[in-house]
Amino acid sequence: MISFVQTLRLALSALVRNRSRSLLTMLGVVIGVAAVIITVAIGTGATSSVAAQINGLGSNLIVVIPGSVQTTGAKTGTGGASTLTAADGMAIATLPGVASVSPVVSVRTQLVAGGQNWQTTVSGVAPSYTFVRSWPLAQGSFFTQAQTDDTAKVAVLGQTVVGQLFPNGASPVGQTVLIKGVPFTIIGTLTPKGQSSAGQDQDDTVLIPYTSALQRLIGSTMIGSLMVSAVDASSINSVQNEITALLEQRHGVVAGQPDDFSVRNLADIAQAASSTASILALLLASVAAVSLLVGGIGIMNIMLVSVTERTREIGLRVALGARSASILRQFLIEAVVLSTGGGALGVVLGIVGAAAIALFAHWPTSVSIGAILLALAFSAAVGVFFGYWPARKAAALDPISALRFE
Amino acid sequence: MTPVVEVRGLRKVYSLDGGDGVVALNGVDLTIARGEFVAVMGPSGSGKSTFMHIVGFLDRPTAGTYRFAGDDVAHLGGDALADLRSRALGFVFQAYNLLPRTTALENVELPMIYAGIPAAVRRPAALDALDAVGLAKFAQHQPNQLSGGQQQRVAIARSIVNQPDLILADEPTGALDTASSEDVMALFRRLNEERGMTVMLVTHEADVAAHAKRLVTFRDGNIVGDVPMKERVLA
Repeated sequence: MISFVQTLRLALSALVRNRSRSLLTMLGVVIGVAAVIITVAIGTGATSSVAAQINGLGSNLIVVIPGSVQTTGAKTGTGGASTLTAADGMAIATLPGVASVSPVVSVRTQLVAGGQNWQTTVSGVAPSYTFVRSWPLAQGSFFTQAQTDDTAKVAVLGQTVVGQLFPNGASPVGQTVLIKGVPFTIIGTLTPKGQSSAGQDQDDTVLIPYTSALQRLIGSTMIGSLMVSAVDASSINSVQNEITALLEQRHGVVAGQPDDFSVRNLADIAQAASSTASILALLLASVAAVSLLVGGIGIMNIMLVSVTERTREIGLRVALGARSASILRQFLIEAVVLSTGGGALGVVLGIVGAAAIALFAHWPTSVSIGAILLALAFSAAVGVFFGYWPARKAAALDPISALRFE
Repeated sequence: MTPVVEVRGLRKVYSLDGGDGVVALNGVDLTIARGEFVAVMGPSGSGKSTFMHIVGFLDRPTAGTYRFAGDDVAHLGGDALADLRSRALGFVFQAYNLLPRTTALENVELPMIYAGIPAAVRRPAALDALDAVGLAKFAQHQPNQLSGGQQQRVAIARSIVNQPDLILADEPTGALDTASSEDVMALFRRLNEERGMTVMLVTHEADVAAHAKRLVTFRDGNIVGDVPMKERVLA
């Protein structure tokens, strides 16, 4: 009776005898496992960057935007109406459970500073905005309530704007920037925040007091949105309901009529984005799993050919005293070694590939131990599953005809 | 002394679909004593190959008894027969059947691996066997680096490495030229005479069979001749 270790040696030496064929057989599993690891890494990276963006959105953020208006049957989209005022914001600020409120009014316009110019979104906000968005300053200071009340011509620049207007690295604080032709004094810069979940560059912005924006740039009293920060995550839903009730009352919305505003919890939106990312990751991983399956079928295919090609060898082994169980085990081990060897190579290739994608395509990737273990276990299972039939076939060969096989 | 092979009334019928079957062996009685060198001859279809396969535990008889070294093997299962093949038998084939891209030494070791002999014992025993066939210095050669005659001698070394009770050689010279055939047959005779090994040789060449000491002739599933070699030569 032959030991397991000996059978393993026999299997390994049989694989080494057919070195190039063994490597080519492995290739299918290598690619399958690498594909699984890379796609899961991309998916995990995307999901975790979305999660980071949820935190980056701000503390317990609720957004109030104007609703749609309907004039002679044509509906504008949500936000199409101009129904929100700064006074609505102040009323919301008095609600229990609300930590802070900032109106936001945005206008896309051209900036000029020194010899440079740049088009960006200028947002009029309240001093509470940095708290609401959890967005600290890099340099200088933010404007105060007094400056807001005075419609002061002061601005805080996002990092992308800083880079565009002051490319030589000079400090922008204290300099003047022309916004829509109006000179504003730069009093601070924001820390970089990166892309939003929608892929927008959040650092491509300039913040000024909303009063200044309304008066000096837009000439209106209607604001674009209200950003509300709830005191904690658990009160977000009740605060949302209170805001809705308050604004319905203030705007005189008749019961049964649609609201002329909309209250949104950004965490929900981000959650939706995050689950989209997860679904995408799952989809990618299942495509990759199919390629792993194809790799397994490749192993079965080659093993079947190998059983036929090695018929004489199998007959010889039987004549030399191999039990049919030993033959079965040897061929099964060969298949499993091929598939797990391919799996191990695939893990290495997958890790390298994920790193390369992160490096060259700037996609966030995150290789998880779970994915590696899963891919290895799956490839071993592929070996057992697809190796069993050829191994059975080998073990069941009639030694006499096997020895005569040409 | 117990004979190595003792068969009585051995029958083998290959059943065909819807037919009566083909009788390959029709009641064969034969005894091979320890230390004999028997050549089995006969035309194709005479049953000599079937006989060798049954003697080599590669096939089972339809009827009759087979005692190997005194033990009835009729009731042994597949695994027990496999173990018996690895311990008590040595096979030599027409086509050598060496593993390709594997050294002569490793090829000779193979039966010991299946017999569960530890590695430390295997290597010197394999070298001894290669020495016995005069190929000790080719231990690290692979089959494609050896001539046909040398390959067959490696195969013979493989067949004797477990000190079997019986060596079964199936047309061992069928693929060899005359000079190599003479070498291989001389080797069998030396193993038989100097080491007392029991050899059963299946062949259809009379000059190959002439090296044996006893000639058994098969025809139509029966033994039609069983004579000491000298008498046959005289006759």
